Order: sequence, then C-alpha cells, then structure tokens
Amino acid sequence: MNQHSIAVDVDKVVKRYGSVTALHGVSMDIREGEFFTLLGPSGCGKTTLLRCIAGFEDVSEGSIRLHGEDIAPLPPHKRPVNTVFQQYALFPHMTVLENVAFGLLRRGWSAMDANGRAREVLALVQLSDFARRSPGQLSGGQQQRVALARALAPGPQVLLLDEPLSALDLKLRQAVRVELKQIQRETGIAFVFVTHDQEEALTMSDRIAVMSAGHVQQIGTPREIYEAPVNRFVADFIGETNLLEVEVGSVSDGMADIALPGGARLTCPAADGAQRGTGHLSIRPERITPAPAGAGSLQATVEDHVYLGTDIQLHMRLSDGEAMVVRMQNAAAAGIPERGTVLGLEVEAGAARLLAD
Amino acid sequence: MATTDLRRFTGFRAITILCLVVLYAPLVIVAVYSFNDSTSITRWGGFSFKWYADVFTGPDAPKFRAAAINSFTIAIGAATCATAIATAAAVAMNRAGRFRGKTASLALINLPLMVPEIVTAVASLIFFITIGFKTGLMTIFIAHIVFCIPFAYLPISARMQSIPDMYEQAAMDLYATPWEAFRLVLLPLMVPGILSGFLLAFIISLDDFLITNFVKGAGVETLPTAIFGSVKQGIKPNIMAISTLLLGVSVVFVTLSWIIGRAGQSKQ
Amino acid sequence: MAGAAPQGASRSEIYRGNGGRLMLPVWVFIGIFLVLPVLLMAIYSVLTKEFRGGVIWDFTLAAYDQFFLNRGLFGDEPPTVEWTYIGIFWRSIWQAGLATVFCLLIGFPTAWFIATRDPRSRSVWLFLITIPYWVNLLIRTVSMKFLIRDTGPLNEFLLWTGVISEPLSLINTNFAVQLGLFYSYLPFMVLPIYAAVERYDFSLSEAAADLYADSWTTLRLIILPVVKPGIVAGCILVFVPSLGAFLAPDLLGGAKTFMIGSLIEEQFKGAAGNWPFGAAAAMILLSIVMGVLLIHARAQTRGDG
Repeated sequence: MNQHSIAVDVDKVVKRYGSVTALHGVSMDIREGEFFTLLGPSGCGKTTLLRCIAGFEDVSEGSIRLHGEDIAPLPPHKRPVNTVFQQYALFPHMTVLENVAFGLLRRGWSAMDANGRAREVLALVQLSDFARRSPGQLSGGQQQRVALARALAPGPQVLLLDEPLSALDLKLRQAVRVELKQIQRETGIAFVFVTHDQEEALTMSDRIAVMSAGHVQQIGTPREIYEAPVNRFVADFIGETNLLEVEVGSVSDGMADIALPGGARLTCPAADGAQRGTGHLSIRPERITPAPAGAGSLQATVEDHVYLGTDIQLHMRLSDGEAMVVRMQNAAAAGIPERGTVLGLEVEAGAARLLAD
Repeated sequence: MATTDLRRFTGFRAITILCLVVLYAPLVIVAVYSFNDSTSITRWGGFSFKWYADVFTGPDAPKFRAAAINSFTIAIGAATCATAIATAAAVAMNRAGRFRGKTASLALINLPLMVPEIVTAVASLIFFITIGFKTGLMTIFIAHIVFCIPFAYLPISARMQSIPDMYEQAAMDLYATPWEAFRLVLLPLMVPGILSGFLLAFIISLDDFLITNFVKGAGVETLPTAIFGSVKQGIKPNIMAISTLLLGVSVVFVTLSWIIGRAGQSKQ
Repeated sequence: MAGAAPQGASRSEIYRGNGGRLMLPVWVFIGIFLVLPVLLMAIYSVLTKEFRGGVIWDFTLAAYDQFFLNRGLFGDEPPTVEWTYIGIFWRSIWQAGLATVFCLLIGFPTAWFIATRDPRSRSVWLFLITIPYWVNLLIRTVSMKFLIRDTGPLNEFLLWTGVISEPLSLINTNFAVQLGLFYSYLPFMVLPIYAAVERYDFSLSEAAADLYADSWTTLRLIILPVVKPGIVAGCILVFVPSLGAFLAPDLLGGAKTFMIGSLIEEQFKGAAGNWPFGAAAAMILLSIVMGVLLIHARAQTRGDG
C-alpha cells in the first residue's frame, strides 16, 4: 500500500503564457518511489510541467500537491523537491564539494554535517576523489553526476530531472542510464524524468506519461505504452509502426472485428474509445511475418529493402496503395525478397491494435 | 596565379598606423618633454626629473595636491555609488521580468550619454543654484554619480546577460532565498563585470572637466579644472609632468579593466 | 527545451516583482539630478535676465528673440534675421560635420584593418586604439596644443627637415579645431565600425569576387551597404559630442572659431553672462542633438521591421 501512496498529484493543471497555452488541463499521479517519465517531442509541455512542480513557473489553473499538500504558495526555495538541470547549472565559482553541500547549508545544516553528508553522496556517485575540483575541470559525465549528487544531497521528496542525459554522447548516455536507474532504486526517491528520447523512457521508467501539444496522451508502463498505444500519436511516437485505415465492424469487450484492406477479417484488441466505422489499426513492423503469396491476411508488393544487419526492413505496398513496413530477421536460410515480389503477410492476432482515433 | 586576399585593401595598414601615430604622438611628446631639464619648454635641455619634483614640492604643489585629493576622493566615491546603482539596475533589467516603466528606465540610464555635456553642465548649475544647494565638493560628487551610471551599467549588464539564469534557479531549487541566490551565486559570478564597471566609472569621473567646472563653486578645484586654469596662462613644464602622471594612471586602470574583462571571458 | 517561448518568458523572473524597487536609485539620481535640471533649464530660457548673472522670475521670450531676430541697436527697428548666433551654430555644425568626415575617412580603414587581423592580435590593436580614449580629454587637448604651437615640436621638426622655411601657423585655426575634434572622438568612430565589420560575412566578398567584382567595387557595392549601420552609429557618436564640444575649440581655436560650447559657457561666467540666453542656446543645441538621435532611432526601427 505504502508503495503506491501518491508523491505528486498533478490535478488539471493549465499553464498559459499570454495567449499561448502550454498545458491544457494535465492530470497525473506520481507514486512514491517510482521512476516516472514525461515523454514527448519538444514543445509538448513536459519541461513546463516539470518547472511548475519545481516552482519556477506559476500554475494558471489546477493544482499540484506534494504528499497531499498544495505547493502553489511555496516559492522554489521552500519546496522539498530538487532538480537536475539540463545543462547541470553547477556553480562555476565553487568546488564540487561546495556545490553538493550548498543545499544542505541553506537548510540550516552545520558546515561539518553538511560536508560529511556531501562526501557521502559524492561516494554514492563515485566522485569522492573529485571533491576539491572545480566543476569546469570535470568531464561531461562527471559534471552530470555532480549535478545528481547535489540534487540528492538534501534528501528531496521528489527528484526532478530535466533531460539530464541530453548533453552526453551516446555511449556515455547508455552507461549513465543504468547507473541512474540503480541510484533511483537505492535511494527510493520518486524521480520525475523529462526526455524526448523514447528509448531512454522505455529502458528506465516504471511508468511513462506521453505528452503532446500540452495534453497527456497516455500514461502507462513502458510495455503498455509500446504494446497497447491508445491513439495514433502514441503508436507513432513510440517505436515504429504501420497505421492502416480500416473498417471497424463491431467493438465489444475491448475486442474489435475489422476488415483489412483486401477483405480479410481480423479480430484484435481495441483501445478504449475505439468505435465502429473507419478506424486506425497499428501493427508493429516486427510483428508481421512474410509468407508466400496468397497466404496471410494481407497481400503486398516489395518496393524496396533496407539492410540493417540483424534485421531487414521491407518497404511494401498494399493492393489499395497503402505503404507498409515489415521487419524480418536476417536468418541465414531466408533470402532477401526481390523488388516486385508479391508476398502474403501474416498478422498475429495480438500484434495488431485498433486505436481510439 | 596568385590569389588575392579579399580582406586586404591597399593602404589600409598605412592608414591604421597613421591613425595610431596621430593618437599617440601628442601624448608621447608631452611625456618626453616632461623630463626636459630646460626651463624653455620647447628646447631640449637634457633628461631630468625636476618638473616632477616641482609638482610635489614646488610653489604650486599645495594647489595640485588639494586638487588631486579632491579628484581621487570624488572618483572613488562616485564610482562606488554609480556601480551600486548600476548593479541594482542591471538586476532589474535582466532578472526581474517585466515591470512598469522598464523601457523608460533603460532610456533614463542612457540619458547622460545622450545629453551633450555642456547642456548637462548648464542644467546642473541652474538646478543647484535654484534649490539653494551650495556648489562645492558635494555638487561635483552628485553630478559625477549621474554621468558615471551608464558607464558602470554597460559592462555590468553585459556580464549579467552572459550568465545563464539556471544558476540562480539551481540555487533557489537548493533552498537559497532570492537574497542568498544573489549574494552566493549571482554576485560572485558578476565580479569581473562589476570591477570593470567600477574602473570605467572611476576613469570617467577623473576625466571630467566641463561639468565639474560648472558645478564646482569658487575655490574648489579638481585636477582637470586646476590644469585648465594653469594652461590658460600658458603651458608650463610642470603641467606636462602632471599630465604624464595622470596619463599613467589612466593607462594602468584601463589595462587592469581589460585584463579583468579577458579573465572573466576565458572563465566562462 | 519544451517550447522556446515559455522558457524565454520565464527566464528573467528570478527577482520578479522587484524591478521597480531595484530601479528606484536610477530614477532618483538621473530623474532628480538630470531630468529635472534640464526641465528647469527650459524654464530658465523663458525668464528675464538678471544683470549680475541669474534670473528674474518674469516670463519672456527675449532670449529666443535675441537669438533669432535683429531689432537694431535700440530694439525699435523692424525685425530681421539675426545671423550672429545662427552663424555660430552653423559653424559648429560645419566643424562637427568635417570632423566626422575626417574620422570616417581614417576610422573606416582602421576598423577594417583591425577587424581582419587574427583574433589574438585583433584585441591588442583594439586595445591600442581605445587607450587614448580613456586618457583625460583635457590632457589630450593640451598635448595637441603643445604639439602644434607655432614654436612647438611639430614646427621645429618640419623646419629642421627643411620641408618648410617658416613655422606653420596652425594654432587658432579651423584646422586646429577640426584636428582637436578628430583627435578627441576618433575611437568613437572606430569601435562601432569594427563591431560591424567583425560580424561581416566574408563569403559575401567571395561571392562578389566570383561574380567579377574587383575589390574596390566589392567595397562600394557590398561591404559599405552591409556595414552601414556601424558607420552611421560611428558618425553619430562623433558628430553629437563634437557639436557641443568645449575644450577643443576653446584651447585650439581662437575668436574666429567660436563654437556653441563656448557661446553657452560664456553666458554663465562672470558678470557679462546672460543666463536665459545661455539656457536658450543650450535648449536649441539639445533639440538638434535629440532630433539627430530620434531620426537615427526611427531609421533603425524601420530597418529592423
């Protein structure tokens, strides 16, 4: 029960800048101890929401509660949340240790206790040897860890991370992901992590809120988001997918009966809100199996292929003219289909999903 | 075929050197003649420090000493006040969002640069006389603060603009009050800008003749007004010695300001 | 990240709500000790003069009348245009204009030369140009006076080389005043042009050369139009202070080279002064300067839009 108590309760938050609305009534519960990610393209409002929680922005409407307490009247320096900034914002005129101890001293710790605690946190991020250095002398990855240590040191109720990995190069980023997730598990603090990188979101998060244009599109575990997207935006933004326009015969109990282009019928899971009539079907490219012509529920012509090493990507065209991407494993036995070859495509029952819009 | 350098124009180097010669020749010549042993100011009579000795111990020494004390006291005081005022203004312009009269405030800061000096001088004199403020050191001091503000403001504001606001946000995120965020984070980062602002204001105050001459009142002299008074009776060698000393002070201060500015840049 | 506009809007609000309070010292100092005095000066220009300096609080347009109109020795003839003071203003504008042209002719090549050096030596060149500006203006003017006196080092040198056989009479001429103004404000011309040239994209010159323009044609048709804002700014920065200059005309010029600055100054010194007339002349000078700045600001905003 305690594990599921709410750390941050975002309730119908609206944020306007003059005539521009950045957040249109956003709601979400962030649970105690979870790694929660705000995912979306730039301009979707994810950073704005984070800054509202941190207190750098006022909320126009709605409320944000921290462990049940409305934090609207609190200025940033009175909110028990800390932020890891995108560019780290390490104070250039202070040493690493002074940076990490900064928040503790502001909270009234004695210099000795603050130093002790700062060293402890530096040990957690494996930077004990760098305490006396100036931030400018550290590498990007080290600076990132100092920023993390500085935000963790005062023991915030919630840690906010604003695209903290975006300034690192790819290799380093992958290593830091694992480390960050580990630290989150060890400290048990709720992390609110902002990113536009879906891979980052999928690999690290307990739950993800996908945002677009100031709206929350879907909240769920990485698996739910990937395998059961609710609408075209989520299906398209997370991973690769084929979106087919289909005729929906009936929808009941979360299952839909649909007619595929070419006439074959298929029963598949449907998102909440899916209706009869014309709808959109999402099929992941790796969940389609090529078969000989005539077999399978769809017929398509190979137009091009892209060799990706482990996979081969086939660009295909359905008989009604819709494009379709199929990924097949690069197995030694199977050859690469020639251009112009007509193939049947088998869609597994669970692989396709009818979307809400 | 030789390629032509598109950045090069024939004669531009020569003009630049001419430009430097014109700028420096009078100063160098005065500096050289200040070491002239001869009492005739144009005939070279050998190297000597006697005019420097004359400045410090000669018949005019008390007058120049008093003027120098006035000049430096006013310059230090006016530059300090102007720097403090300009720092507050820079925070308002760069870190306080929108407020009523922001555009007008910027125009006001720059106003002393736009109004011709002679007009400022006349207006200040009229003002002090009308309100019955006795002209003297205090009126010079006030007038200097006014025209030093924009000179102090420029480097301070430029520096503040170059400091991303994420540092103060990080400080406040880490429980610093706005005042602590200013004192512990923004102010230390602004030191190079504040120092060069102070130095520029100091030199500008030390340099001023026209406004000072109007508001100084009888009997009060600063170095420029004392030198002007002397020059009106002809250029004497001791004036050249004083000029050379002041020139040295200016060069030292500008060089300091330049070095501080560069150090601040490379640190960022 | 998420939306440049929202972050832009919030970026400067750490001390939000305190702007007015932080700006208060500026308003107090510049408002009380500059704006108010200028307004008071405007009032003084329509008061009656007191004979030993100062004013009598009776409103009259006598000062402006004296400036523009000639009513004869006893003030009873039909008014005609009084050319004395307009002439002084005209001469000042002419002198300041010539000084501006000289500064431009020397300043542009200098700025160009410096801006096209490599970055390290560039800052040293720039530093060399700015040092004289920070040296006391009075000292610089006195030095120039010393240099060009009839028996000064310049004449001595020229006589010694045999270029001339009689000392050149430079001091107390228009030329001396222009030289003084040029010398006083040259850095003001170099710095804005330098800033403009530094931002100039040299691929434009390459494109022009590629299209058969020789270097002087490129200068005329491409470079000058592109760096024009810097040139205009430089011209204003030289012209405006030259117009109201006092030291250069006073120390280097003579009675024939009387300029606005000296005319105004004279009205406030000694018993011969006429405060309302001085205030009126200062008002006219201020109007001209503000007019120039306003036209420049207008042109600038139109250029931006």
